[in-house]
This record gives sequence, C-alpha cells and structure tokens, in this order.
Amino acid sequence: MDRIPILKLGDCLIVSLHVDLHDRLALTLQDDLASRVVSTGAKGVLIDISGLDMVDSFIGRILGNIATLCQVLDAETVIVGLRPAVAITLVELGVTWTHVRTALNIERGLALLQHHVSLTAPEETRDEPDDAQR
Amino acid sequence: MSIPNLTRLLQNDAEQLLQDWLKAQLASGTLRRDLLSEVDLRRDSQAFLTAFVQALGAGAALTTDGPAWEDVKAVLAGLSKTRASQGFTSGEVATFVLSLKQPLFNRLFTALSSSPEQLQDDLWTTTVLLDQLGLYTLEVYQRSREDIILRQRQELLELSTPVVKVWQGIVALPLIGTLDSERTQVVMESLLERIVETESTVAIIDITGVPTVDTLVAQHLLRAVAAARLMGAECIISGIRPQIAQTIVHLGIDLSSVTTKANFADAIALALTRSGFQVTRARAQ
Repeated sequence: MDRIPILKLGDCLIVSLHVDLHDRLALTLQDDLASRVVSTGAKGVLIDISGLDMVDSFIGRILGNIATLCQVLDAETVIVGLRPAVAITLVELGVTWTHVRTALNIERGLALLQHHVSLTAPEETRDEPDDAQR
Repeated sequence: MSIPNLTRLLQNDAEQLLQDWLKAQLASGTLRRDLLSEVDLRRDSQAFLTAFVQALGAGAALTTDGPAWEDVKAVLAGLSKTRASQGFTSGEVATFVLSLKQPLFNRLFTALSSSPEQLQDDLWTTTVLLDQLGLYTLEVYQRSREDIILRQRQELLELSTPVVKVWQGIVALPLIGTLDSERTQVVMESLLERIVETESTVAIIDITGVPTVDTLVAQHLLRAVAAARLMGAECIISGIRPQIAQTIVHLGIDLSSVTTKANFADAIALALTRSGFQVTRARAQ
C-alpha cells in the first residue's frame, strides 16, 4: 500500500504531499505522523501541500486534525504551500484552520518552526540545536 | 403569392431603387452623418439589396427563417454590430431596413395600380418581410450591446482590484465600490496571487472606498482574510469610517479575529512594525 514519506530534519518532521490524497491515504498519514512524532520526539512538523491541486473538505479536516494531534504531542505544526485556489476553496468549504499555523512556503515554514523550537528548547541545548537527543 | 412581382420589380430597377433608398436615408433625420460616411452607407445599402434580391429570387416564403435568408441576415448582423459599437441608437439602426419601405411601396403602387387586390397583397408581404428583417437587426443590435456591457463589466472588475506592493513583504488592496460575491472572488484571487508573487506576510485591505458594509460584505471580507491567513499572511483591515464602524457594531458583526485600523497610515505603521522594520526621521525638523 502507498505511504507518504516523512522526512526528519533536525527537530522537525517534513511531509511533502505530491499525489492527491485519497481518504485512506490521509488516514494512514495521520497514524504514521503521530507515531513518528512520538518516536523521534520531534518539536516541529511541517506539511507542504504545494503539490496539491485540489483539497476537499475531508482532506481539509484531516489536515486540521493532524495539526491538532501533533500539537497535543507537543510538536508545533505548520501547513505551508497552499495555492490561492486551494485557499479559496477551503474558505468556501468553511475550513479556516484558525488553530493551525500556516506559511507561504517551506522556507518560511521552517523559519517559523525553528523560531518556535528555539523558544521552547531547554536552556542548555538552545545554543547547539544539533545536539538535541535524536 | 406575390413574391415574383416584387422580385421582378427589384431586379429590373435595382440601380434606381438604390438611388431612391439612399436619398430617403440621407433625408431622414435619424441618419448619423457624423458617424457614417455616404460611401459606407452606399456600400451597406448595395450589399443588403443584392442579398435581398437573391433571397427573394430563391423563392422565399412569407417568413425570413429559411436558409435562403442567411445572406441577408449576415449582412444585417454585420451592419448592426458595427453600428452598435459606433454608438448608434437602436432606432437609427432599425431605420436602415425600415426606410426601404417607402421606395418599394412607391414602385409597387406604380406597377400594380390597375389591380388593387394584388397591390394590397404585395404591400402586406413586403411589410411583413421588412418588419421581420428590422426586428432581426434590432435583436443583433441589442445582443452586441449586451456583449459590450459584459466586456466592460469584466474589465471594470479587473481594473478595480489593484493589489499594491507597499513594502518588502507587505501588500495593500484598496477596495473601491460595493463588494458582492463575484467581486469578492476576483478580489480574493488577485490578492492571493500577489501574496504568492511578492512573498508577503502582511496584507492590508483598505475599505475607505467601500460605501456600505453590511453583514454580507463583512462576511466576504472575513473570507478574504481567512484565505490570506491560509497562505501565511496576516491581514489588517483599514479605512473603517466612523459611520461604518457604527453600522458594524449595530449589526453585531464580529471583527475581533481581524486587526482593524482607522486609517491606512496606521495600518502601514503596524505592518512595518510586524515585519520588523523601524521608521525613523532622517533629521529633526
């Protein structure tokens, strides 16, 4: 069965969606991401959906759920790369993700996450973020 | 039926009829000499007469629906469209066809004065045919005008939503006019496109030019704000006039999720601060 790769970069997990998510795939991603956050102790999760041409209400909700879920597991989540058409569609569908952080692209999203991670990291590791336990 | 009479009459006397018709058109008060030269008028009239005679010769019946009339209609449609874009009124366009009645009737009268019944029959046929053609001209005229209006509407819609890059990472959208669903869509699209293009983090929506804000407009605004937020840009709404602020409070519209500022200057100041810029005067005054 298809799986969406989850990359680890420092304290962050990165998911880049390129194939249109079908419902089952989205649910699998939710499970995978939750277990990866726990197993890696990641402090940030970045979901890039710039590759998606269309997002329906279900996927919109699942993405929102994933973000909430990761926040519960103490990982700040940023969803990045919404295309204008996708953003408009989501708003029309009533999905506004008020509790989720969003950014224009991966670069911005990572900057946001790093800012967050450096703020919440314990004092002794703040200067050497590379030494964080992996 | 009387079509053969009419056809013969037209064929034998085409040149003189054209002259008479032109004279009638030139004499009529509705001709726009400022918009149409005599040469053009002659060319149009000639083209119409030729097509008309052909259609009659093809044995057309008392209606202009058949394929025989395609050419006539094509001539009329072309003429109607050109004149519509030139600024003729509907009456002036219809007069082109209707003014042919007088010269035609005169000829029928001379040719058939000996048989009144035949004359009446022919007059009726001619009137019916010319009226139908006149109506067709009007229809085309109206359609072309509607096309023009539609195009202008579209252009206005695109013109009225300029998204301005104010500073690095800051865009502004000065809204002018009433927001309806269709406009909001265009506004939202151009705003989001520009946010992507300029990689902006702050978007200022200035509603100084929006005359009224009701619940619907507020809802549209909030939608635009939500969509911009999904793209990673924070929105500031500025230019809320005192009257509009009162209306918003009276209507119980909740704008608490959006940053609002009274004027554009305040909004820019806030946007700069949020982006980490600091504005200082170069020298004391």
